[in-house]
Amino acid sequence: MQNISMRRLLAGAALTILPFGAMAADLEVTHWWTSGGEAAAVQELARIFEEQTEHSWVDGAIAGSGSTARPIMVSRIIGGDPMGATQFNHGLQAQELVEAGLMQDLTEVAEANGWRDSINPVSLLDACTFEGRVYCAPLNIHSPQWMWTSLAAFEKAGIEPATNWEELKAAAPALREAGILPLAQGMQGWQTALLLYAMISGIGGADFYNQVFAERNEDALNSDTLKNIFAEYAIARDLASGGNLSDWNMATNRIIEGTAAAQVMGDWAQGEFALAGKTAGTDYGCHIGLGGEPVIATGGDAIYFPVNDDEAVTEAQRALAQVILSEEAQVAFNAAKGSLPVRGDIDLAEVNECTQAGLETLKAGNTIPTIDLVMSSDSRGQIEDLTAEFFGSSLSAEDAHARFVQIVQSEM
Amino acid sequence: MAHSGPPIRLFQNWSAKLAATPMILTALVVFIGCSLWTVVYSFTNSRLLPRLDFVGLAQYERLWSTPRWQVSIENLAIYGILALVLTLAIGFLLAVLLDQKIRFEDGFRTIILFPYALSFIVTGVVWQWILNPDFGLQHIIRGMGFSGFTFDPLNNPDLVIVALLAAGIWQGAGLTTVIMLAGLRGIDEDVWKASRVDGIPAWKTYLFIILPMMKPVFATCIVLISAGIIKLYDLVVALTRGGPGIASEVPAKYVYDYMFGNQNLGQGFAASTMMLAAVLAIIIPFALFRMGRKRHV
Repeated sequence: MQNISMRRLLAGAALTILPFGAMAADLEVTHWWTSGGEAAAVQELARIFEEQTEHSWVDGAIAGSGSTARPIMVSRIIGGDPMGATQFNHGLQAQELVEAGLMQDLTEVAEANGWRDSINPVSLLDACTFEGRVYCAPLNIHSPQWMWTSLAAFEKAGIEPATNWEELKAAAPALREAGILPLAQGMQGWQTALLLYAMISGIGGADFYNQVFAERNEDALNSDTLKNIFAEYAIARDLASGGNLSDWNMATNRIIEGTAAAQVMGDWAQGEFALAGKTAGTDYGCHIGLGGEPVIATGGDAIYFPVNDDEAVTEAQRALAQVILSEEAQVAFNAAKGSLPVRGDIDLAEVNECTQAGLETLKAGNTIPTIDLVMSSDSRGQIEDLTAEFFGSSLSAEDAHARFVQIVQSEM
Repeated sequence: MAHSGPPIRLFQNWSAKLAATPMILTALVVFIGCSLWTVVYSFTNSRLLPRLDFVGLAQYERLWSTPRWQVSIENLAIYGILALVLTLAIGFLLAVLLDQKIRFEDGFRTIILFPYALSFIVTGVVWQWILNPDFGLQHIIRGMGFSGFTFDPLNNPDLVIVALLAAGIWQGAGLTTVIMLAGLRGIDEDVWKASRVDGIPAWKTYLFIILPMMKPVFATCIVLISAGIIKLYDLVVALTRGGPGIASEVPAKYVYDYMFGNQNLGQGFAASTMMLAAVLAIIIPFALFRMGRKRHV
């Protein structure tokens, strides 16, 4: 008894001394990782951060998707109430904030830890680099070009599971007959746009995707390939009708339950499968590029550190940047979230076949830039509006194609 | 006498004017100043941060050629007219019913006013559940034996405005009722006695005598309801998020999405300037009319 109380006393004494020795700070981290699998991943990151440093993690989760959270984050940074660290997607989302000098320069941390050698693909670091200086720490790689299928749903309909888009189309009547929704599609703009992007890269291929979005090539935009993709997109609208879904994880849940056959969604859906105790290969199938061209976009999340006048916070920011790229954090975070690590030198012993497929595609260099890297938020927003309107109305494929071309061309 | 000429008007009542100065400054800087700033920047191509790079009317041209904005304006017009008329009608009707010296009037008044105590966000979530086809109204009515019954406005682009109206009126009608009830109670008892002596039926008395006497009460209600209509945003976000597709988008949501979500301040400012213009188009003639009348009296 006495021993325990003595130890408690010592522990208490140690706690009071600690803050004077090291500059421990509370680091508020804002993010929009709020679904089950995402929340589990962020807890891993917080745990490792608190274990490896003396600072503490203050969780600033913002419910809703990125489109809800980003405005809050941006207005806090611009309004002079910066958080300690914040999530953004790789790409142009935070570029103007960097240009305006509102983000912490991490070049020293990056050089000391050899980020340029370990990060794969190195384009992720380039996305963080502005005028030769590093302004963010890439955390994970997410690729949106996946089709998830429920094997139970196909079994119930008495047919072979579809492994690509054409097979899904062929299976649709049998699925409908068995009372199964062929395509679970959330009706929010970013999800309908995600489906379109995945179709453009999956059906058109990597070169075509680049011609459309990066080069904005007029021939590609007016090609039959793109017109055909919009016709397929209209078929997808039919396959999804009657779903009445809005949030992406609700749609994923239909796949988990087996009441819908397929969903086109990013690999973050794997976090939901894992949380529901489902196994890749026996419960659900995964098909890159809708089973067409196996190319993935190496998007994902990066952590930015807004400039701060508190020295202790700055210290904690550098510490977190270091932790994010550490092997332990990369493995723990990405395993929970279903995403790929940004470091090429990590041995992921136990990954399922979907993650394995993603890693192989990555190693083979079959990558395309994410939409964030090639289009401004403004154009993306317009495409999202267009696709949402398309799914919620009977807009024809031809009209949708014409308006899509107009939006992409006005980006120039 | 040393007194020469009338006193200078500016210094009359100087203490009152001094006390009002902070408020006047706030109004000038915050309301008028910021509005002008917004209008000026709506002619620029500002993206995430405001920049003085003028592009003429380009933002407005784009705004008016955007289907989403056109849908937003259309929705606001439909919602606005129907919400105004229905809220006034329902509010007046409920007030008349409450005015019948019924028992438990306090209880009814509380029940009717209660939705007003809820925020639009809560209202939106509540109605999302009520209108959910698998749990709510449709499910209940089908459970009563009408298996063919279909009422799913949240997933039907043509009916979604009905869902918005139902939730909006449910929330707002209570306040109108209470204000109207206060107005009815303010009517002199002698008016009623006189109409009874003349043998005029009660509904006629309400419609042709009481209603015209309640003009100021109606004016108050209209101002309150209109303000709620123009700023309609949170109900849409909570109930439909503008969907299905873009069927229930409203102008305020367009402004917010473009300013913050899509990082295009110029476009958002152009849209908010159009909203300001719409409000001014209603207020200025109204104000001129009031001022003109005061002078004549």
